[in-house]
Amino acid sequence: MNLVVNGKETNINDGLTVSQLLVETNVRMPQMVSVEVNGQILRRSEYDQTILREDDKVEFLYFMGGGNVTD
Amino acid sequence: MSLTEQQMERYSRHIILEQVGGAGQEKLLASKVLIIGAGGLGAPAAVYLAAAGIGTIGVVDGDKVDLSNLQRQIIHHTPDLGKDKVLSAESKIRAINPDVEVRTFNMRLRADNIREIIRKYDFVIDGTDNFPAKFLINDACYFERKPFSHAGILQFDGQLITVLPGQTTCYRCIFGAPPPANVVPSCSQAGVLGVLAGVIGSLQATEAIKYLLGIGELLTGALLTYNALTMQFRKVRLDRNPDCPLCGKKPRITELKDEEQIVCDLKSCKC
Repeated sequence: MNLVVNGKETNINDGLTVSQLLVETNVRMPQMVSVEVNGQILRRSEYDQTILREDDKVEFLYFMGGGNVTD
Repeated sequence: MSLTEQQMERYSRHIILEQVGGAGQEKLLASKVLIIGAGGLGAPAAVYLAAAGIGTIGVVDGDKVDLSNLQRQIIHHTPDLGKDKVLSAESKIRAINPDVEVRTFNMRLRADNIREIIRKYDFVIDGTDNFPAKFLINDACYFERKPFSHAGILQFDGQLITVLPGQTTCYRCIFGAPPPANVVPSCSQAGVLGVLAGVIGSLQATEAIKYLLGIGELLTGALLTYNALTMQFRKVRLDRNPDCPLCGKKPRITELKDEEQIVCDLKSCKC
């Protein structure tokens, strides 16, 4: 089935969970990612149970510091 | 307050804009913006806000200018090496525009001092580099109901969001709490393209000006992400999170606290 992941059309196996998608799409450090599906931010505890559906829009949002970096 | 002849000329390219006009420029001159962090993001924001004639600009930073800052922190110049960043920033702001009153805070913000400082400003720009500071600003702005622009940059990527606390999606709605130690590399470890800071910091200044003038649509309820390599800007819609520990339905954070500084657990680290 087709999903849109961070704005890109992506084809994945049916029935994949958010946790499996994180692995499938090679997200290296899942602890630093917040996941949003169709505009809703998921709890980390929901990643295992949330099964993705055709045309879902998934966003992986990354922690970014930056700015004043003299520490 | 009415504009002097000199001001009419200085701000003529603003005044000619229908959405700004003389009245808008007077509003900017009567406005107060606080810039937290005079670094990569705060530097371009301060330069543009000074040029725009923001009447009062507060600058908070407890660091001194270092040689490795100069690749991106354009408010600091080579002769400023070793100077307090707030004083270096102050002298440039005054040189750009004597209309601006500059207030400097040579310190780090903590839970016990941030609220009284931000209270006196109309809009806050988060130009900090670390997660405890970003969460502290988010929370303090929530308790003071102070609008602010959050941003982050790393390598070739940047992102920002404007928050109207209690009304629109906040930083904790998205990220909840700081990441575990050593999970997220810092710019000093991972690098950052200097001009990227300029792009994102200038966007933060744009949001401040729009908010103060009450024009256009603010970047609320959406995170704008930018990648310098692909030149792609994306606006990711983000609804408020009912589970947000700060502004959700059952808030768990009911008073301002410092997030623990992320303790380094790298064996080789001497910190």
